[in-house]
Amino acid sequence: MSPLVEIRSLSKVYVRGKQKLEVLHHVDLDIGKGDFLALMGPSGSGKTTLLNLIGGLDSPTEGTLTVAGKRIDRLGQSELARWRASNVGFVFQFYNLLPMLSAARNVELPLLLTKLPAAKRRSHAAIALELVGLADRASHKPGELSGGQQQRVAIARAIVSDPTLLVCDEPTGDLDRQSAVEVLTLLQRLNRDHGKTIVMVTHDPKAAEYASHTLHLDKGTLVEADSAAQAATS
Amino acid sequence: MRKLGSPLLTLIVAAAFIALLVALPWWSAALAAAVLVAWLLFTRAGRQAWSVAELGIATVPQRLGAASVVVVGIAGVVGVLVALFAMAQGFQATLAQTGNDHTAIVLRANSQTELNSVLNRDATTIIGGEPQVARDAHGQVIASPELVVVASLPKKSTGLDANVEVRGIGNEAWALRPEARIIAGRRFTPGLRELIVGKRAMRAFEHTALGSKMDIGGQPWTVVGEFDTGDEHDSELWADADVVASTYRRGDSRTSVTVRLKSPAEFAAFKAAVTADPRFKVDASSTRDYYSRQSDNLTRLIRVVGTTVGFIMAIGAVFGALNTMYAAVATRTREIATLRAMGFRGGPVVVSVLLETLLLAIAGGVIGAGLAWAIFDHYTASTLGANFSEVVFEFRVTPALLAAGLKWALAIGFVGGLFPAVRAARMPVTDGLREL
Amino acid sequence: MKYLHLVWSALLRRKTRTLFTIISVIAAFLLFGLLYSVRAAFTGAGRSIAGASRMITMSKESLVVALPTSLLMRIRSVPGVSAVTYANWFGGYYQEPKNQLVAEAVAPNFLDLYPEFVMPAAELKAFHQTRTGAVVGESLARHFHWKIGDKIPVQATIFPQGNGSNTWTFDLVGIYHVNDPSLKGQEGALFFNWDYFDKATQFGGGTAGWYIERVAQPKNADSVARAIDAISANSDHETKTQSESAFQASFVGQFANIGLIVGGIMGAVFFTLILLTGNTMAQAVRERIPELAILKTIGFSNRSVLSLVLAESVLLLTLGGVIGLLLSGAAVSGIRAKLGPLIPMLPVTAQTWGAGIALMIIIGLLVGVLPALRGMRLRIVDALSGR
Repeated sequence: MSPLVEIRSLSKVYVRGKQKLEVLHHVDLDIGKGDFLALMGPSGSGKTTLLNLIGGLDSPTEGTLTVAGKRIDRLGQSELARWRASNVGFVFQFYNLLPMLSAARNVELPLLLTKLPAAKRRSHAAIALELVGLADRASHKPGELSGGQQQRVAIARAIVSDPTLLVCDEPTGDLDRQSAVEVLTLLQRLNRDHGKTIVMVTHDPKAAEYASHTLHLDKGTLVEADSAAQAATS
Repeated sequence: MRKLGSPLLTLIVAAAFIALLVALPWWSAALAAAVLVAWLLFTRAGRQAWSVAELGIATVPQRLGAASVVVVGIAGVVGVLVALFAMAQGFQATLAQTGNDHTAIVLRANSQTELNSVLNRDATTIIGGEPQVARDAHGQVIASPELVVVASLPKKSTGLDANVEVRGIGNEAWALRPEARIIAGRRFTPGLRELIVGKRAMRAFEHTALGSKMDIGGQPWTVVGEFDTGDEHDSELWADADVVASTYRRGDSRTSVTVRLKSPAEFAAFKAAVTADPRFKVDASSTRDYYSRQSDNLTRLIRVVGTTVGFIMAIGAVFGALNTMYAAVATRTREIATLRAMGFRGGPVVVSVLLETLLLAIAGGVIGAGLAWAIFDHYTASTLGANFSEVVFEFRVTPALLAAGLKWALAIGFVGGLFPAVRAARMPVTDGLREL
Repeated sequence: MKYLHLVWSALLRRKTRTLFTIISVIAAFLLFGLLYSVRAAFTGAGRSIAGASRMITMSKESLVVALPTSLLMRIRSVPGVSAVTYANWFGGYYQEPKNQLVAEAVAPNFLDLYPEFVMPAAELKAFHQTRTGAVVGESLARHFHWKIGDKIPVQATIFPQGNGSNTWTFDLVGIYHVNDPSLKGQEGALFFNWDYFDKATQFGGGTAGWYIERVAQPKNADSVARAIDAISANSDHETKTQSESAFQASFVGQFANIGLIVGGIMGAVFFTLILLTGNTMAQAVRERIPELAILKTIGFSNRSVLSLVLAESVLLLTLGGVIGLLLSGAAVSGIRAKLGPLIPMLPVTAQTWGAGIALMIIIGLLVGVLPALRGMRLRIVDALSGR
């Protein structure tokens, strides 16, 4: 069976004025279905760029990127948007919930892009909130929730449309230890019990321990996989 | 309590400021401005306020879009207001100039306007002979029995027919109205179908050039002169009363008699004499009263409409200014809090925000008033006057109107700036510092 | 529709700012409603369906010059004229000179040519049978609290009675109303019998102020008008015949260029409004760039983001605009009730609403388009990293 994500010789060059900055340099990577991959590396190593490319937020300069059998490296903006809507769920460091909407409404957002009727949308959102353990906070606005709770709402939003791939950028970067553990455990559960494929960028080795394996990026290239970490978590 | 008290107090201050603006003449505003400048320059608190205000004003170019909302909003209000009031002013001035206390006009009782009035020859002769009527060097009474009829001529602006007043005048009309001058051509010859045309009528109507022929009352007339009285008569065509009467088959009857009184004080006696005479039923008014009565309704209407429109627009502009200034205060929250932490007091902060708004408001007021002046000063318009014919008048943008426009601008700026200013000053320092 | 709560929540994000902007919009549309009602009063007159087939014949000299009644038979015999009637201007005032009236002495068949003046048949019959009878419009009757059976003394300004009296007393026998809201201004008139006028007046007996014809085929109006004017060509009472709407237009045009004044004010108001709400929208979108980026991340297309922002600005304008027009409707009825039917203002009609709503949407789109494009074009990667 071919891997879920297949990356071949992927490069990304940013042009800032006259300066050319090669952030990713011919990266090759396979991510299997059901994987929980942690991407680590120092600041500026290109890990977030790689994550954005996998999530279809950005397009590569060179190379091919196939997700679930579909080439997404040459898709236009609106095609990418449509693709993201049905294939990827995002979790960010700063939760990025809409401050004016209740938790339930935030979770429901991605479903607005589907043809589901309103009642179905609401019940799906409720199930997702239930899954992250926040059913009782459905009507609260983000401002009334703790950081950990907000991040769990964000995760509920990421999974509500049942995407193939979950993309997390420093999901615990803004959380205290206790909340971080809750969030990581939740991700792990989603991976193990619900078969979600997860790619997570983190700089925290403790967070990476929750992944099924870890890759390191440095100056735009993948360095040797840390097999020790892989052994420790599996 | 404190929470409720503050906006209420602010509201009272704003109302007091507007009341002061309305009540005080312009020079007191200049005085207030001078005091303000002195305060800014020579007191500690004033210098503090100015330095805070400078910081705000320096950033205006960076938020040009938002600042222009205040400027353009206020310019719109002031422009519309000044233009409408200039129209009222112009109309009123034209009619007010027409009348004076030295001359009196006599009409049939209840007629209100010349067009509705009829006086027979006996009446016109008796009225002219009253002892209060002045006489010229040859001993002739200065009384002009006049016949007003309405003709229609195409307007230059629209090409559509409009009513024009034709005034048949007596020989004494020139002595009666010494302000009337021939500025081109000559006077009409009595007994001939000749016309002279008021200078505003000449500008407004076709077929009025010197030498041209026009058809009035089914007869051909020749334009032989152009006259200028500087008042409402400039919208009229003048001809010999006898010729007009024969053209319109009016015989000896006239529509009015206008007389020159020996002195304005004689008016009461004159009026008593003519109204008491049992041979006819007439009303007499000084021409000042007669013409100002005609302008009253329209000018009052325009002023009411102008004030209403201005007021509604001002509400819109106030809230636009409030939005802008709240946003300006919000972006400077940190900066203001830092200043307060350093020891600046609340007063200077309030004054600085107010000062910034008022400067923007004055800019708006000057632009609005300036545009209204540039476009509408001496703009010619016309309307249907009391005699069912066109009165041509010019808009007048007077210094008083410009000052009134600026007052409105200041009032809008003050209300729009005061509330945000108070918020800026009352903001707890620690909250402000934490704000990103 | 399922996005409505998103749009709504965006407006609620800064409640004060939204409120202030809406108040500005309310002010603008309140003015719009008022001015539109004034303009409609001037342009709406003479636009009725019945008016299209009516023509006015007046003296070529001017409306104030009367015509001989002998013309009646000759006009009636002009081919294409299906009915003809006549009227005289009377004017006058009620009680005080400031209560000027629109009073006309009319021929017996006058009201037959004005089907828009609706009146019970019994009252019409009473009008024909009562020499001193008068009918008035509903608005006028309401203003002066007149009711059928009242005796109404009117002070003449032009036509004293033959006995020297200046007071004409009419018996109010009928009250007509006008159904078409754009013609409501015509409910302010008083009509009385021409015969009474003609017998009792001191001057002007045997004359008609103007004739009104109904033409069988409105498309032939021009040739019928020429035929009517030919009757009196080269006489001492030449006539000018024109359609009712042309007559009204030239009459109104002499008062003032209402269109120009109203247009000028509206221009200033809406220019300011566009700038003001445009600024609000720009601020609102600038603040929300990260949120819009989230929506795009989740998979909202460029077009959805564009329409979300546009919907927001249209909603903002519509909210304020509808309130403003409602207020103007109330204000116009209030002013009309207070100042009487002669005030040149028509009730706010469906047409006003149509034009108003179109304006709200257009301005909404106009002020929304730049911020919306900005929201649409944002690059997710930049916006999320705060660049």
